[in-house]
Amino acid sequence: MSEKEEKASGGFKKRKHENFPRSQRKEEKGNCVDSSSPVILAFKSFQQELDAKHDKYERLVKLGRDITIESKRTIFILHRVISDLNKDEILNESDTKLDVIRQKIKQVAQELVGEDLYQYHRAFTPGLQEYVEAVTFQHFIKTRTLFRLEDINKQLIFEEPINDVATTVNNSPDHSLGGAEKKPNVLSLQVTPVDYLLGVADLTGELMRYCIGSVGNGDIDTPFELSQFLREIFDGFSYIGNTGPYEISRKLYALKQSLAKVENACYTLKVRGSEIPKHMLADLFSAKTDIIEHDEGIS
Amino acid sequence: MSVIEMFVELQSGLSADQDIREEIRKVVQTLEQTAREILILLQGVHQEAGFNDIPAKCLKAREHFGTVRTHLATLKTKFPSDQYYRFHDQWRFVLQRLVFLAAFLVYLENETLVTRQAAAQILGIESEREKGFHLDIEDYLSGVLSLASELSRLAVNSVTARDYARPLHIAAFINELDFGFRLLNLKNDSLRKRYDGLKYDVKKIEEVVYDLSIRGLSKDLTTTSMDKQ
Repeated sequence: MSEKEEKASGGFKKRKHENFPRSQRKEEKGNCVDSSSPVILAFKSFQQELDAKHDKYERLVKLGRDITIESKRTIFILHRVISDLNKDEILNESDTKLDVIRQKIKQVAQELVGEDLYQYHRAFTPGLQEYVEAVTFQHFIKTRTLFRLEDINKQLIFEEPINDVATTVNNSPDHSLGGAEKKPNVLSLQVTPVDYLLGVADLTGELMRYCIGSVGNGDIDTPFELSQFLREIFDGFSYIGNTGPYEISRKLYALKQSLAKVENACYTLKVRGSEIPKHMLADLFSAKTDIIEHDEGIS
Repeated sequence: MSVIEMFVELQSGLSADQDIREEIRKVVQTLEQTAREILILLQGVHQEAGFNDIPAKCLKAREHFGTVRTHLATLKTKFPSDQYYRFHDQWRFVLQRLVFLAAFLVYLENETLVTRQAAAQILGIESEREKGFHLDIEDYLSGVLSLASELSRLAVNSVTARDYARPLHIAAFINELDFGFRLLNLKNDSLRKRYDGLKYDVKKIEEVVYDLSIRGLSKDLTTTSMDKQ
């Protein structure tokens, strides 16, 4: 075994040796390939440009992931809302979480100063969608209405009274830009309509879970409010139909399923609710949803 | 504001987007047409008769690039100038192809690699993003890679046409290009995929050079071609 390995490595060395003169010869032959030819110099500058671009992209992907994770956690926190007793406490907690996320989004905005938003859009769009989902979910729990795109974007305008942010977080080009303006530095990252729509489509899934959960807690009113709300959103998405990008039509399908689940839940509550003692409702209901989920698994 | 009103608003934004895309699509189609015409024109050099009137073909191609410039100028007016990358995918392919054609043209004229600035100039666009409609660096590099495979084909055909000097020039050129691309740290994207094809072009040309040199055809070009006759 060891002998074999040695042989293999020996062979490898040999091959390397063979390679060596060839590459040398190549350089001799193409003696125009000196490191100061205009082509090579041009490629050296391309190298720098591409590396800078890729680095920025990677930083944005990382920020985008962080935003996604924190948003998901916020949504989990919000699912713990059971009654009016702990509602305020949980909403406060989610508020602080969302502030943390907004700080991350601010960092994204800082990276994008002087850049074309759409050039790097793919790096952080999942994060933004998740953020939209979290923030609209919180807004729904607070006010029972859909958070508007303009209002989300308003929260994502960051004013910087001093221009020291550029020095601490960013590299020199942004710094010089920030210094040149000398005004209260306004940073903003605007959620695009498509990001917003995709985030809202995800929200419906959370609302469905919220609905099922609230029945479990003996809350009878929430499912009806939710089904009304989901129906409005569904109508909205139906109106958009296939004018939007492909992803929206795909989400429409999942939305339909969520709506069906919530409508079925309301139906069960109405039909059986009067017959069954309240404390047993939850059991009945969870059995019912199990069946629905099972059906979907098969189809 | 009700939910449905909001969706109506969003929908009108989306359909406005789609209108822009359609407008761009129309211009891109005419650009593709012109690109095809230039390609057919320049493809003529692969035929034996074509080697004699390369300068004439280049001049004609340069005229066609005038049409390209006007089309690109109209393309610029179809969308807000700060949203280049939003619609980038729609003209990416044709722009790469046009860079290739410009690079091929410049190579045929004086056997040098077209610089990014020169390529942008031939197409009548900017080379820097800050100035407006520009030539993205990855599109430029993709165009240059297409040039490499075209030249490896040209090397083969020029041997058939008994032009034994050309493959050697092409070999030197491609070697330099290969060396240049090695300097880049490419990500695992489409550019990287195309770069992976470059080594086959290099290999092909090296084979051609080998065939020529082993038969002594590369040493003294004038005498060998006389001997053959």
